[in-house]
Amino acid sequence: MQFFGVSEISPSPPAPTASGNNGHMMYVFNRNGVCLLYREWNRPLRTLDAQQDHKLMFGLLFSLKSLTAKMDPTSAVEKGNLGMLQLPGQGCSFHSFCTNTYKLSFMESPSGIKIILVTHPRTGDLRESLKYIYNLYVEYVVKNPLYTPGSPIRCELFNTTLDQYVRGIA
Amino acid sequence: MAAIYSLYIINKSGGLIYYKDYGSAGRMDTNDSLRVASLWHSMHAISQQLSPVSGCLGIELLQADTFDLHCFQSLTGTKFFVVSEPGAQHMESLLKFVYELYTDYVLKNPFYEMEMPIRCELFDINLTQAVQKDHVTFLGR
Repeated sequence: MQFFGVSEISPSPPAPTASGNNGHMMYVFNRNGVCLLYREWNRPLRTLDAQQDHKLMFGLLFSLKSLTAKMDPTSAVEKGNLGMLQLPGQGCSFHSFCTNTYKLSFMESPSGIKIILVTHPRTGDLRESLKYIYNLYVEYVVKNPLYTPGSPIRCELFNTTLDQYVRGIA
Repeated sequence: MAAIYSLYIINKSGGLIYYKDYGSAGRMDTNDSLRVASLWHSMHAISQQLSPVSGCLGIELLQADTFDLHCFQSLTGTKFFVVSEPGAQHMESLLKFVYELYTDYVLKNPFYEMEMPIRCELFDINLTQAVQKDHVTFLGR
């Protein structure tokens, strides 16, 4: 039996949607709102310092999730008050929003890990790509015995693989 | 025609001045629609602050599992947003047309006070017709 062979990461990565590097930045948050990872590739404008930017981004995502769950027009059940804490996967959730300057794609795992990828506005649907990035996170971070859950990610192999992949999709 | 669930108009301060429901399954009472509109105003502003490049005008399209939210902001800060089913087309044209109706029947009404809730009968009538009409006619305007 081969114990130390390179394991095949599944699912296989989706086909690239565009050529060139149009990714702006990426965040990974855990369930408590701690920013585990911030990767930046192209960010000319900076309005806040790093810590405030991470807190503002998490607050935006939390509120948007609460808003979409409340606004769900297809569900007739009682939805509770706005801002009420919800379990991951509970209620209607958003997966992306688009402005005139950027597009933010969002994915939340059942364990509460949030992955956010900010790209140029003409990017297509990135839900499969975010699932693949989550698989990279599982393979290179969660399976790393030196990594402590809840602490910022400092795994060089994960960063390299992530940069390589994002360059291909965006 | 794609399903339109609801339409909101909020003023530049984030207060809800118009809300029309066209058939949501989950009924929202008046207080909830006020809160949702105010929350959207804040989210719109925060999304501008988090932009990686300058010149961001805020969220134009929010895509969720069961609906899309299209938003149009006029130069004076009034926001029009419509909740429709995912993949609905021509929502931008509809919002521009609603803006025209707003300028014609609300702003030109001498009895309407700025920033107050809209209670203009002609606006309601024309808006209902616009929402029910075939959207292809908007493209020719």
